[in-house]
Amino acid sequence: MLTDNPPKVSKRPAGRDRVELFASGNKGRWGSRIFSGLSHGAGIFILIVLAAVAAFLVKEAWPAITAPTEELQQISWFKADSLMGYIAPLVFGTLLSSILALVIAVPLSIGIALFISHYAPRRLAQSLGYIIDLLAAIPSVVYGLWGALWLLPILDPVFKWLTNNLGFIPLFADYQAPAKNVLAASTVLAVMILPIITAVSREVFLQTPRLHEEAALALGATRWELIRMAVLPFGRSGVISAAMLGLGRALGETMAVLMVISPGFLFSFFLLKPGQHQTIAANIAAQFPEASGLSVSVLIATGLALFVFTFLVNMAARAIIARRKDFSGAN
Amino acid sequence: MSKRIDVKDLNVYYGDFLAVEGVTMAIEPRQVTALIGPSGCGKSTFLRTLNRMHEVIPGARVSGKAMIDGTDLYGTGVDPVAVRRHVGMVFQRPNPFPTMSIADNVLAGVKLNNKRISKSDAAEVVEHSLRGANLWNEVKDRLDRPGSSLSGGQQQRLCIARAIAVQPEVLLMDEPCSALDPISTLAIEDLINELKNQFTIVIVTHNMQQAARVSDRTAFFNIAGTGKPGKLIEIDDTATIFSTPSNPATEDYISGRFG
Repeated sequence: MLTDNPPKVSKRPAGRDRVELFASGNKGRWGSRIFSGLSHGAGIFILIVLAAVAAFLVKEAWPAITAPTEELQQISWFKADSLMGYIAPLVFGTLLSSILALVIAVPLSIGIALFISHYAPRRLAQSLGYIIDLLAAIPSVVYGLWGALWLLPILDPVFKWLTNNLGFIPLFADYQAPAKNVLAASTVLAVMILPIITAVSREVFLQTPRLHEEAALALGATRWELIRMAVLPFGRSGVISAAMLGLGRALGETMAVLMVISPGFLFSFFLLKPGQHQTIAANIAAQFPEASGLSVSVLIATGLALFVFTFLVNMAARAIIARRKDFSGAN
Repeated sequence: MSKRIDVKDLNVYYGDFLAVEGVTMAIEPRQVTALIGPSGCGKSTFLRTLNRMHEVIPGARVSGKAMIDGTDLYGTGVDPVAVRRHVGMVFQRPNPFPTMSIADNVLAGVKLNNKRISKSDAAEVVEHSLRGANLWNEVKDRLDRPGSSLSGGQQQRLCIARAIAVQPEVLLMDEPCSALDPISTLAIEDLINELKNQFTIVIVTHNMQQAARVSDRTAFFNIAGTGKPGKLIEIDDTATIFSTPSNPATEDYISGRFG
């Protein structure tokens, strides 16, 4: 049938027709070229910035890395056998305070996010969401003031109770007032990272496909079972990302720690003792105003360590998420 | 296993809006009852009242009675969670839990009822349910793979396996084939024919041929216009509905004059 009645188009000179058909309108092409250029540029830009920061850190830290120990020890606050010996307790303190903050903040954030997404009546959920977002907007120095002046006196009796009743566990031994210890700093950090973890988790939980929620309900799941079967597994990678965002913020947080903690340079697990720990960021902030020459290099070397560490943490988080990709629900 | 459902003067409301009005019907055990009708006529809404799934939507409520073997689903002290454990449901789009393996998907409902199921019992339930859903031979070598790795038709049969694993008394199906290709549809229809030996099945379908093929009784729902409540026009043996329906509206619908 088709060969009996060839379509009209074939009567025209076919070659020219085809060219017209497939020739791209210049308008569309320019738009997409510009957009493609912009997005490529943005992608490359972020790589350049990252490389520039890394290069700057390495270059500025180099004098400290290559300097002999005797020279380093002439810096008034440098009381270590080597540069690594100076950086290591700082890395330890940074990690300890951040991980403690995560331990406190993540369960709480998941609880708040689930309450907002699946338990609270809609109006309450909305205003609670606003309040959480507002918490994220408070400057960290204000958190530091709040922590040092308001939270420490409140934590004091709690810590006293901990050390009296659970003091046989080394973690909680030897509390000394005031509560200028790493656990107090971590508590402030936890409050600081709570909003970001909560906000991201809430968004993820709200995106749980209705299909999956209904599947759980139709099997006779209660609200909590629905959350365990459908919401939490679906939100797992999102919550990990949220926790990593929080961890990133806690690792780099300066003011809150500086204002709360009484510093020390030990590998100590005495969470309630003052003068045991210090974080990299707070240490840089504390020493930088007085520093010059080689001591600046030492501080930048600690900054380099923080940079590398944050990088590793993020890669680890991605690896965790990727490991169970098949089961993520994204396919 | 299978039980009889008696519905009497059932109205379904969303807030103040009356969505379905005055449904009275008897659903016989070990039979397939098909609900047909144009979009928006309330057949899916009505189906969901049979396991109280409509309550997921805020403001939804019913008046009237729905009895399963003499027990009112809406009696005081009846827990909707308990109702849903006796009345299973299969949805329009296959919805296996993507984060669970095939075996865990089958066991999802079982584990809600019985947390500490032994490994051998669990394996038995998985095999029995997957065989019951005609899926065993296709997945027996990859029970630990995610449920979302299956094709659409296989996923839907996995959902049926999940629903029958808890040994419900009634199985509700809300357009179970509308997202599937003809071959998968055929597989599900064959399966429905086998399942009706054990379960009371109620199926909503847009496909009248499907209703004619799989059901023993057919209920026709219609709606007078937008904003008006959906109503049950008639329910009868499928053969009668498709040959000599008593209501002219039914005849118009099944002969394709509207809808």
